[in-house]
Amino acid sequence: MAGLKIYKWLEHRLGFIQPLKQAAEHPTPSNNASWWYVFGSAATVLLMLQVVTGILLALVYSPSANEAWTSLNFLNRNVALGWYLRALHGWGSDFMIAIVLIHLVQVFLFGSFKFPRELTWMVGVVLLLLTLGMAFTGQVMRFDQDAYWGLGIGASIASRVPFIGADLVHLLLGGPIIGGATLSRFFTLHVFVIPGMLLAGVAVHVLMVLKHGVSDWPMPGRLVRKSTYEREYHELAQRTGLPFVPDAAWKDAVFAAAILFSVMACAFFFGPFGPSGQPDPTIIQTAPHPDFAFLWIYAVLAFLPPSMETPVLLVAPVLAITGMLLLPLLAGEGERHWARRPVAVLSVSVIAVTLGIFTRLGTYTPWSPVMDAWSGDAVPVNYMHNRTPLEREGAMVLQDKQCRDCHSLDGEGGMRGPALDAVASRMTEDQIVRQVLQGGGNMPAYGNALNPAETKALVSFLMTLRGNDLQPAMDASRELLRQSRMEQAAGTADLPTDAAAKSGQRK
Amino acid sequence: MSELLKYPGMSKVDSLSPEEKAAAHTRRVFLFKLAVGLNAMVGAVLAVPLVGYLLGPTAGKRSNIGAWVNLGSLSDFPVGQTRLADFRSPMAAFNDGETGKTSCWVRRISEKSFQVFAINCAHLGCPVRWFSESRLFLCPCHGGAYYEDGSRASGPPERGLFEYKFKIAGDNLLIHAGNLPTLSTEASCREKPLVRIEAAEPAEAAGVNMPDPTTRSTTWQG
Repeated sequence: MAGLKIYKWLEHRLGFIQPLKQAAEHPTPSNNASWWYVFGSAATVLLMLQVVTGILLALVYSPSANEAWTSLNFLNRNVALGWYLRALHGWGSDFMIAIVLIHLVQVFLFGSFKFPRELTWMVGVVLLLLTLGMAFTGQVMRFDQDAYWGLGIGASIASRVPFIGADLVHLLLGGPIIGGATLSRFFTLHVFVIPGMLLAGVAVHVLMVLKHGVSDWPMPGRLVRKSTYEREYHELAQRTGLPFVPDAAWKDAVFAAAILFSVMACAFFFGPFGPSGQPDPTIIQTAPHPDFAFLWIYAVLAFLPPSMETPVLLVAPVLAITGMLLLPLLAGEGERHWARRPVAVLSVSVIAVTLGIFTRLGTYTPWSPVMDAWSGDAVPVNYMHNRTPLEREGAMVLQDKQCRDCHSLDGEGGMRGPALDAVASRMTEDQIVRQVLQGGGNMPAYGNALNPAETKALVSFLMTLRGNDLQPAMDASRELLRQSRMEQAAGTADLPTDAAAKSGQRK
Repeated sequence: MSELLKYPGMSKVDSLSPEEKAAAHTRRVFLFKLAVGLNAMVGAVLAVPLVGYLLGPTAGKRSNIGAWVNLGSLSDFPVGQTRLADFRSPMAAFNDGETGKTSCWVRRISEKSFQVFAINCAHLGCPVRWFSESRLFLCPCHGGAYYEDGSRASGPPERGLFEYKFKIAGDNLLIHAGNLPTLSTEASCREKPLVRIEAAEPAEAAGVNMPDPTTRSTTWQG
């Protein structure tokens, strides 16, 4: 009774408990009380986790270029459970990006972005970009080598913008170099600006979901028409409606708990991310890597031809984001079911496979030279059997001249260039000499780095590399010439005999 | 006193809707609009210093960025070699910590002639490493490669390495350093064409007498 009195006293003054209750219990079509509809709420729960763990980390973290890296190590080692908080925040970030992407794909494949939920989708696209913005600025918060050189990559991309490139670089870095000002502004973005926009955007997003209702389960052939959809949806909600809380929301709650538990488990078993080496630019023995969510961009940047780089970097994101924003305006009506939208299914498949492949490539960077392969990966012993002294000298040249940084032998070494195990079955001696001295096809020229003796030795060794005794490569035109010369030689030799035979016949 | 300001129930316009009342309040509507305009003006005046503060890092002449830095004694850089030299950026501020440090590659061609390269790859700024045996700079990020003179050898970079201006003062080597070297902030660097892909052309780079292929024996072809 006392509880009821307190509630009434509060509600008389607050006035929003009853509306909130009504909103929670609004009828939702029974067909969307499904496990497929749990990702949006899970993303929101993860955002709350990030806010809470982020605030707790800010109690210790020092956003100063002098101290940030040290304070992270202090969190990892000296602050009780500091490592676990960092791990929760890091893994929570990866999970949040994954769940937001799954949510986006689900909404796209279910056609839920169509009328009247166009603006909900557009706000969602902005929320995705803000989430990625949090991931990138969060990577900078972990102020280590990867963060430092990641900022360098960001500045290099900004510097490609025509006319205002230099100003953009200075704005991004907060000055002429990467330093304290850079960390401060990324801290401001990561802690104040983007979270504020993110929370406001989520509020708008959820309010619109409440206003228009959770989209009903798509049915093939049931088309969305602006003239009829809202009436149909309303009827469906009236006829089959369940109160959102608890009949549909229990699944959201179970899934959110499962996701939170997964984050906790990953954080506990795999621990925090880094920090890697200290952000000292004079330590150049490093191979910077972006975080998982950006590996695919890192991979794409390795494959773009130089002339395409700036246009693609500056134009492709604009096109992609504009396309996503305009999607519900261009396809706001019609079929919602994925079985009747082959282009949608194909687009998702192609994009998912593409991102997956580039991310996979980004994990082992086959385009990067293996900087210590020349001194670390020896020539396999069986490649030295039955070789002449000159050929063995060539193997030494191969190692000394750092060829192995880009070329592998027996699977050891770089993957930038082709493996050399069977090079002599693909290229003739002349071709190898030309390739080594003049380079080409993405290989530098070694003419200045090799003297004739070294070249001779190197090429003799390479000529022994024919895989599993494959046929050596032949120069086809020279082979033809050789054959025709032999035939000519044979012809001139045969001629008298031939003439004699003919004359014999005549006789 | 206005007819409209009377207590509720006493005015003739009580029957009007709120919007109609508002429309009737022409003087107050005018004053409100005036106040909004006043706020817009104050806001604009306030915005100038705020935006100016925000854009602060872009202010100033670009040619003013940077200063001469001493890399050390000439004897630290043997002729014919390329060596890494660390220095503290002249642009480093009080709070930059170790990020205020940076490195460069010093190539001493002869007694008085040097080339000083930024460690930042011209592609995306990762630190390039010098390989003295193959006479190449290699980038760990995307495999950009440069020859010993800094010109592009292969990979994604569209130009050669960024170069610092240098001068010799007494026994010391000085370079002019400022911006983080990128494609658009190389103001303190020597003039260089944006695209130097032609430097990778074989003719220039080969420089070794090629044996004449037509006279060369092909041992295994018999």
